[in-house]
Amino acid sequence: MTQQDMTGAKALWATLVRHGISTVFGYPGGAIMPVYDALTFYPEVRHVLARHEQGAIHAAEGWAKATGEIGVCLATSGPGATNLVTGLADAMMDSVPLLAITGNVARHLMGTDAFQEADITGITLPITKHNYVVRDVEELPQVIAEAIRIARSGRPGPVLVDIPKDIQLAPYHGEITAPHARPEAPAPAPEATERARELLRGAKKPVILVGGGSLDAAAEITALARAWDIPVITTLMGLGAFPASDPLWLGMPGMHGSVAANRAISEADVLLGIGLRFDDRVTGRVSGFAPNAAIIHVELDAAEIGKIVRTHVPVRGDARVAARLLTEGAQKLDLPEWKAQIGEWKSRTRQPDHWGAAHAVQAVVGRLGPDDILSSDVGQHQMLAAQLARFERPRRWINSGGLGTMGFGFPAAIGAGMAEPGVRSVVIAGDGGFQMTAQELATLKMYDIRNVKICIINNSYLGMVRQWQEMFHERRYSEVWLGDSNPDFLKLADAYDVPGYRASSAEELPAAIDAWLADPRSSLLEVVVPHEHAVFPMVPAGAALNEMIEAEPPRAPRKEAKDA
Amino acid sequence: MTAPTSQDHPQRDHLVSALVRDEPRVLTRITSLFGRRGYNIRSLSVGSTEHPGVSRMTFVVTGDRGVVEQAMRQLEKLHDVIKIIDHSLEKYVDRELVLVKVAITPESRVEVRQIAEDFRARIVDVGRHALTFEVTGDEGKITAFIEQMRSFGILETMRTGRIALTRGSNADIPSHVYHGGETETLRPAVEGIEPREERARGVPNLF
Repeated sequence: MTQQDMTGAKALWATLVRHGISTVFGYPGGAIMPVYDALTFYPEVRHVLARHEQGAIHAAEGWAKATGEIGVCLATSGPGATNLVTGLADAMMDSVPLLAITGNVARHLMGTDAFQEADITGITLPITKHNYVVRDVEELPQVIAEAIRIARSGRPGPVLVDIPKDIQLAPYHGEITAPHARPEAPAPAPEATERARELLRGAKKPVILVGGGSLDAAAEITALARAWDIPVITTLMGLGAFPASDPLWLGMPGMHGSVAANRAISEADVLLGIGLRFDDRVTGRVSGFAPNAAIIHVELDAAEIGKIVRTHVPVRGDARVAARLLTEGAQKLDLPEWKAQIGEWKSRTRQPDHWGAAHAVQAVVGRLGPDDILSSDVGQHQMLAAQLARFERPRRWINSGGLGTMGFGFPAAIGAGMAEPGVRSVVIAGDGGFQMTAQELATLKMYDIRNVKICIINNSYLGMVRQWQEMFHERRYSEVWLGDSNPDFLKLADAYDVPGYRASSAEELPAAIDAWLADPRSSLLEVVVPHEHAVFPMVPAGAALNEMIEAEPPRAPRKEAKDA
Repeated sequence: MTAPTSQDHPQRDHLVSALVRDEPRVLTRITSLFGRRGYNIRSLSVGSTEHPGVSRMTFVVTGDRGVVEQAMRQLEKLHDVIKIIDHSLEKYVDRELVLVKVAITPESRVEVRQIAEDFRARIVDVGRHALTFEVTGDEGKITAFIEQMRSFGILETMRTGRIALTRGSNADIPSHVYHGGETETLRPAVEGIEPREERARGVPNLF
């Protein structure tokens, strides 16, 4: 391509190619058409046409969460750009490295309420790590390079670059900016790690609590825990950062955490938190969180240290480096009483015994191998999957943690499946959440994606909301019944040429799972489960972790609404 | 804020300056961060600096020590923020400019002028029923002036918000500046501004 042919739009693609971006998820429209036009000159980039911009951005998130590399998505101005908002907020909460590129109206129209104009940088200010409007074509490649660097460095996050249409069309004369070197993560201060080691050496009831910021430090954290012989709890976001098969693993903490994890935190005298932000779903009532523990907090983001819980030893720096430093000079702690206590708590884990969502989720996740990717949507099935799946390695569990985005799971599984075509990408969704992005079945068909396995746990309810209404609103089930209006999911899948399977009982389930997984194509399994099952254990909102309800309480008779 | 430090420290005003890139929406970015995190800004002033492309903001945040530290760490993460200076940990000079329009009567006129003179307040507008004063100084002086004038009847006031600079006389004292490790290597250096050595408080000597 001669220098004369170069436009802003081509410079954008050239920069993305230079940064090793191979796949982008997007949806065209008026204000980004020059970029789509220029795409035809860059066959090395695969563009995945989603059926909704929300599908595109969640797919980019799934890609990023599975690989640890940046996900890229593309949308036009106005409604296209605003459809990215949910995904940007999701990526911000879960620290997903993401680059969102939006078109905008030409510069001379900006600010005039032109057709399909939206102030997307203004709208996304609080839910992006940073955002840009490109106002000079000569800056475009630098801005893209900088945006990628910001998205990937430190605590990762989403960056949005808004490009006016006339900038996309303008001739570009400059160079294509090379990728910035990934900055070295800061190493923790030696005094901090020394104090942390001292605390660990004197601990009688230590636990390690591992969050989503630890996924790339899984090997180091595993070595650390084994060297000291300290039990490990992984948060919803940290599942897989420590092998579930290790006897030291206690499961997930928090609202739907395991008995062992929550009791251990409540009793601990030293809590070593690594790469987590102490979300309220993890801590329960903060004043009751780890009330007896000296807290060591290893965290890259200084703003997270001391934000929620009092930190006794802050260790600011990279989780991998910190874990390595804390393993140096480790001595196996000999704590038979603590181990025995933990063993007793672990024995309280109950396997689902009756037919229901838990049984179904157990049957599905029990079939996964260590390399399979499991995505989930948001709700009861998500908590059940998090409780029941056993992850041996990181980046195999993809879900919407911080924002709790219904509709996330299915497109994220597509993104993850495209990132790793040789790996099975299984998604567990509810009947509610699946319908929020069900149109992405078309994406499966269009690209003949063969490794995405959709499992819908259908209880005909917005199950988690129903559970809360049951427990905290005297069983007044307000607007959570979907049963009369749900589609026939198999027919829906069939309409998109996706094969479907169904099971409605424990007896039917194993064969249905076999057929569903054996299908060489991407396929859908609907498991019809009883309507009213709840997820336990549960720590009610506002309660402390040791106020956990371990099992489903006897059901009180339903009180009629007062106005009924 | 649920920061546990809130029980230990009283609510008070903290004077903080931020050097920021002079780019569109930076002010919104910063004020929106304050707004969504629930930090209350009591005063805010923004102006250019000796460095082209760099503005300086000075704000007064109300809260306990923990709230202010959290606010500063959140600010520090913004890409547009070059560095943050917590003046409470330094020797500094601060000023605020206030315009005060005071009602006068033929009887009070002389007394009002006399008090203004004592405060070195300048008359910037003279009307038949009002005098407008310009007062600069630290917050205590301005508050005292306004209190003195209250009995005569204050018709209008406008304050610029506080501005502050570290004293040149303590150049040898290490400055307490929030500056993240990530940002230091990331941001293209602004000519003339050396990111100063990072030091964090509350959790001393450990970062």
